[in-house]
Amino acid sequence: MPEQTMESPTPEAGTVGDALLVVDDVTLRFGGVVALNEVAFEIRRGEILGLIGPNGAGKTTCFNVMTGVYTPTSGEIRFDGTRISGGKPHRINALGIARTFQNIRLFPEMTAMENVMVGADARHKTSVPGALFRLARVRPKPHELPDNQIKAGFAKVFGISRHALEERAGRRKSMEMLRFVGIADRAHELARNLPYGYQRRLEIARALATEPKLLCLDEPAAGFNPAEKADLMNLIRKIRDRGLTVLLIEHDMKLVMGVTDRLVVLEFGQKIAEGVPAEVARNPKVIAAYLGEPDDAAQA
Amino acid sequence: MDFNALIDGLGGHTLDGLTRGSIYALVALGYTMVYGVLRLINFAHSEVFMVGTWTVLGVYTVLGADSESAMPMVIFATLTALVAAALASASVALAVERIAYRPLRKKNAPPLIFLITAIGCSLVLVEIFGHVLKVFFGAPFGRAPVNVPSPIQTHTLLTIGDVRITNVQVFIILGAVLMMVALDLFVNRSRLGRGVRAVAQDPDTAALMGVNQDRVIMLVFILGGAMAGVAGLLFTINFDITKFDIGFIIGIKAFTAAVLGGIGNLRGALVGGLLLGIVEVYASAVFSSNWADVTAFIVLVLVLMFRPTGLLGESLGKARA
Amino acid sequence: MSDLNEPTPDSTTDPSPQGRATGAFGLPRLNIADRYSKAPLWVRMPIVLIGISFAFYLPFLNILPFAYIRTDLTSGGSDWGGVLFLIVIYMIVAIGLNVVIGLAGLLDLGYIGFYAIGAYSVALFGSPSSPVTEMIADKFGLSEGWAVPFVACVPIAIALALASGVLLGAPTLRLRGDYLAIVTMGFGEIIRILSRNVTSVTNGSAGIIGVPSPPEPSENFFSAIETAHWYWLALSVLILLIFLTRRLEDSRVGRAWLAIREDEDAAAVMGVNAFKFKLWAFAIGAALGATAGLLFASKQAYVEPTGFALNLSFLFVAMVVIGGSGNMVGAMLGAFLITYLPERFREFQDWRPFAFGVAMVAVMVLRPQGLIPSRRRAREFADRKNEAEEAAADA
Repeated sequence: MPEQTMESPTPEAGTVGDALLVVDDVTLRFGGVVALNEVAFEIRRGEILGLIGPNGAGKTTCFNVMTGVYTPTSGEIRFDGTRISGGKPHRINALGIARTFQNIRLFPEMTAMENVMVGADARHKTSVPGALFRLARVRPKPHELPDNQIKAGFAKVFGISRHALEERAGRRKSMEMLRFVGIADRAHELARNLPYGYQRRLEIARALATEPKLLCLDEPAAGFNPAEKADLMNLIRKIRDRGLTVLLIEHDMKLVMGVTDRLVVLEFGQKIAEGVPAEVARNPKVIAAYLGEPDDAAQA
Repeated sequence: MDFNALIDGLGGHTLDGLTRGSIYALVALGYTMVYGVLRLINFAHSEVFMVGTWTVLGVYTVLGADSESAMPMVIFATLTALVAAALASASVALAVERIAYRPLRKKNAPPLIFLITAIGCSLVLVEIFGHVLKVFFGAPFGRAPVNVPSPIQTHTLLTIGDVRITNVQVFIILGAVLMMVALDLFVNRSRLGRGVRAVAQDPDTAALMGVNQDRVIMLVFILGGAMAGVAGLLFTINFDITKFDIGFIIGIKAFTAAVLGGIGNLRGALVGGLLLGIVEVYASAVFSSNWADVTAFIVLVLVLMFRPTGLLGESLGKARA
Repeated sequence: MSDLNEPTPDSTTDPSPQGRATGAFGLPRLNIADRYSKAPLWVRMPIVLIGISFAFYLPFLNILPFAYIRTDLTSGGSDWGGVLFLIVIYMIVAIGLNVVIGLAGLLDLGYIGFYAIGAYSVALFGSPSSPVTEMIADKFGLSEGWAVPFVACVPIAIALALASGVLLGAPTLRLRGDYLAIVTMGFGEIIRILSRNVTSVTNGSAGIIGVPSPPEPSENFFSAIETAHWYWLALSVLILLIFLTRRLEDSRVGRAWLAIREDEDAAAVMGVNAFKFKLWAFAIGAALGATAGLLFASKQAYVEPTGFALNLSFLFVAMVVIGGSGNMVGAMLGAFLITYLPERFREFQDWRPFAFGVAMVAVMVLRPQGLIPSRRRAREFADRKNEAEEAAADA
């Protein structure tokens, strides 16, 4: 019933407002360069948290540590009570974190549909033996029956293979995701041939198809015009309304202020401020960081 | 297994290994330079080496140099063979680049295509010597091994303990090392060499800075080819033989040497080549010569597992001036 | 994509306008493949059946204009059934290697190693005169001439190939592409050298005779001269393997392979266990290679090390790439051309390798996406070319 999970907040989703992901004093060094310096913050269940900061502040690096691309030098990250720092990317995804990329990284030679299905496959189990022999039979629930009457009759009597069940569920879910982000009209085109805005949305659809609890968006509005940005803000709110928690990296302050519940501000790999948008916007350190005032003035 | 055989002749084996290894190292330079600049395994490079050995044979035949020749003739023939082999190999390498690789580069083809094309070029070159030339000129072309009698007479220069050091060994090792030092100086000190390093580091920025990429690539093929030609001469001096498909196994060894040292790294090629030569000779002593090739590959796999970028790391671009 | 043809609400949307691209020589492409895959099952099924029947009829093809494709028209020509058999064997190799190279994007230059493992497994366990069976018979006091029956050799060969695929893949699949190429090449060489040097097990360069044939429906059904029977056997195996490989391609596994080929890091973040699926690709490729090898050895009734030289590995890669990497039909076409043409034109036997080399370079330089590229690959090429042209225009 993968579809259902996406329809409404799952009952076991925990109380809105407690910590879903905790970044606990994370430091990351590359040789002599300190990319993240004892960064600590938490993401609360059901909120839209904005992670902002000037270029090179360490926002994307922070994403990469969370999704298993890098292992922190010290400190740890806990997700839903489980330590995830240092884990493999696909395991972290299985726990419920999905992301998009700043520089779009789709599977260019696969269709939009196939891209999303790769995401949906994250919740499926069929591997080589299952796909080859299709022996594992499952008794389908009524809504999982094939549309074709004859096939449905067979399925009722003999059950259907897990492969077929998952393929059908995956296709339905993928199409739903494509519709949800508004690009279903070009579902069967190669990802590489889609227009830029569609590619950005396709990344979101692909990430959503993995059924995450936490969705991390890395500058999803980069290169968008104001109208597209407004659409995107609506989409982000819709995602939250489905019961997901959203972490948003964004440059556009207007978009960030309009959509986020709280903000964390990074500069030079350090957290310099945290709080509700209006509060953060008045913080002199943040203003200094964005207006580029001398460091010592900001630190004073 | 016979470790005594290894221990007893350790000095001699090491010297043998260094001799072989310096030939591998010279050929490895061609792989390493092309890889450093183009991120491409030039599989046709082994045949560039093979052309060098045949050129040497041609020069000896034309000059009539053989083991009976007098000293001045020996020197003249060897030097002529050196220059001719370097030129011939360099031209073949350049031809491969112009005919096969450049059109593919213009089409931005993926690496696999380059590889298949290289294998095709390799086959064409092998068959030219194995069949095509035989149709027109008869022997010595064809599929049989050919004797290439070097005019240099092997004699012992000096003996240290049990180890006899021959003039041929000294000539080969010194020759190879000199060529490599010259190449290293060229790449690290000259203006053209700076261009090579720039393209190796970042082709796009180098192009913006006015480095002519096509010229750098041609230069790399010429230099690598010339080194393989010299290796061809040294090989014939050591083994007195060539064959239409001789490049294949030497090419694989040299490529292994390049990866061992860290592909893309000039000094790595030297280290990798010498090490591979020594390992091989030791392994032949301990097991039997049948096992030399297996040992070489096992060493390669081990190095890649524990030090995936080779012993010295991969950096044609980062080589210090 | 059989399941995609079910009437799901949205799969009726027109795929895209991309099929309109022009084909070779600027002619509009006929899109036979497109039309075929869009046709309903009752149209496709008879086409497939007719195709299969024709393939089974090929050994007896004697109707004049078509009979020119036979290789035994001139005296000294190759036995037609034998050539067909070899073509099918190499087609099996090509679909196996296509999984590794074309789908998962792993460059394996030592594929001959798996072919050799298949051939040697059936020889070592199935031949009464192999040192292995002699040793087993000796140890357990079995009768002279005892050997493992062919039917039991098949699972042994496949199991050994799967195991060697995993053993080779597990430590090396983390390596970067070009390193993987050289390590696999080393593996192929090591297998050959082992088969030559470990004389006590493999008889060394003397080879092993008496490799068993499959169970025969009648006396001498699978004898050396009945090449058509061998061809039918191999063809049946090929059809089964195509069916199974298609099932993999059209499943979660096939999508995972493509995703890894396209962008391994992004695939991992989307929950694809890249290492596991790469290992599967390797193991499946190995099993297919071994199947081809064991059929080949069984028909020859003899194996020896020089039959597994490294250049065959290059030949295999060439089949996949010339035909069109990532496309099973293309890979099989490549196998066909590379095996068939040299046999058909045997008069020019000495020129064959040279012509082959020239053809390889020419095909790659003029048509790098292969003769029948998968549509994905064709698009990729068109776009990469455009990118290159734009970059040149900017400079």
